[in-house]
Amino acid sequence: MSAGSIVVESHPADTLMRADRLPHILCPGCGIGSVVHTYVDAIAESGIPVNQHVCVSGIGCSGRAAGYVNIDSYHTTHGRAIPFALGIATYRPDLHVTVISGDGDLTAIGGNHFIHAARRSVALLVLCINNFNYGMTGGQAGPTTPLSAMSRTTPHGCWERPFNLPFLAQAIGASYVARWTVLHVRQLRTALLRAMNKQGFRFIEILSPCPTGFGRPNDIGDGLSEMQNYLRRCEVNNEIDLRAVDIDLTQQDSPIYVGDFVDVDRASFRPQVVHRAGA
Amino acid sequence: MSVQARVPIDAASIQVPRGQVYTIPNRCKGCNFCIQFCPKEVLEFSEAINNKGYHFPVVRKGMEEQCIHCRFCDLICPELAIFTREVEPATAVGASA
Ligand code: SF4
Ligand code: SF4
Ligand code: SF4
Repeated sequence: MSAGSIVVESHPADTLMRADRLPHILCPGCGIGSVVHTYVDAIAESGIPVNQHVCVSGIGCSGRAAGYVNIDSYHTTHGRAIPFALGIATYRPDLHVTVISGDGDLTAIGGNHFIHAARRSVALLVLCINNFNYGMTGGQAGPTTPLSAMSRTTPHGCWERPFNLPFLAQAIGASYVARWTVLHVRQLRTALLRAMNKQGFRFIEILSPCPTGFGRPNDIGDGLSEMQNYLRRCEVNNEIDLRAVDIDLTQQDSPIYVGDFVDVDRASFRPQVVHRAGA
Repeated sequence: MSVQARVPIDAASIQVPRGQVYTIPNRCKGCNFCIQFCPKEVLEFSEAINNKGYHFPVVRKGMEEQCIHCRFCDLICPELAIFTREVEPATAVGASA
C-alpha cells in the first residue's frame, strides 16, 4: 500500500446504502452506481428527513437502485415504477418520491405511464438512466437507441428514430427538465437538490455508460472511453430549444447538449377524492 | 521582459482545502474514473490487486499533499470505494479518520 491513502472498511454514504449488499452486481465501468451514489449524497444534503424519501424503481440494471438504497424503497414490475410511485405520491404528499429507472423500462413499456404522470403533474422526481439499450437482458435496441447504433437486435444498425426525452418531458408538462451525464456528477447533484424541492413532475435524464451492452458492439470500448466521449462531445446549454437535443451517434462530433433546461412552477396533482378521504 | 502571472488580490487570505484520501480496496472494480478525472492527478492504480483481481487507486508517490478535497473521485465512484476528508494542511499526512 502506498503511503498517502488510508484503507478503511466503510464509506460515509454507507448509512444510506444497504452496504451489506456491496459491491453491487453492476459491471465495471457502468454508470448506474454513480447515479445511486449521487442520489444518496443529495438525500443527505437535502435537509429532508431520510424517512420522508422513497425510492421506486422498475426493472433492469437501473431497476436495481431500489435494492441498494437504505430508505423505503420498492422494486416494481416492468414499466410500472411510475404508477406505483403515483399511488404513494398522491396519497402521501408529505413523502418525496423518486423513481430511478432505465430508458427501456420508463419509456418503452412504461411510456404511457410516463406521459400521463407528467400531464397530471404528479409529484414525482423521475430519473431516467439512459444507456441507450436494454443492458440486463443482453443489449437489445430500445426506444433511445440512437440512429445507426449497433445492438443485439439491430446488427445492421438501428434505423428507428429514438426518443428525445427532454423534449418529450417538456411537451407533456414537466416542471423541471434536465439532462446530465454520469461524468457531470456535480451538476447532477445540484439538479437533484433543486428538483427535490419542487412541485409537480420533475425529470432528469442521465446519460450513462453501459460498456457491456452498448459500448462493446459500438466500438466505444470500456466505461472510461464512453465517459471520455461525453467529455469530448457534451456542451452545456440551458437555454437551448429542446427540439434540438437529439443524440446522434452517426455524427461523431455533433454535440450532446446537457443542462438544466426547464424550471417552471406547476402545482402537484391532488385529486379531490384524496382530500375527501382525509389523507 | 518576463511575463508576470496575475496573482489574485486575495491569494494571501485564501486557504486551498486539503484532503486525505481513504479507500475500500475490495469494493473497487478498476473502472479508472477516479484516477482519470481527478483534477490534480493525485491517484494511480496500485500494483497490488484486490480480492476480485482488480487494481485499485492509491495516492501517487510525491502527491500526498496535493488532494484538494474536491470530492470528485468520491461522487463519481460507482462502487463507493473511495472518498476524502478535509484535513488541516499541517496534520494531513497519515491523519486518521
Ligand atoms: S449490462 Fe450495462 S447497464 Fe447493466 S450493469 Fe452492465 S454496464 Fe451496467
Ligand atoms: S478529492 Fe479531488 S483532488 Fe482529491 S483525490 Fe479526489 S478527485 Fe483528486
Ligand atoms: S472510481 Fe471507484 S471503482 Fe472506479 S477505479 Fe476508482 S475506486 Fe475503483
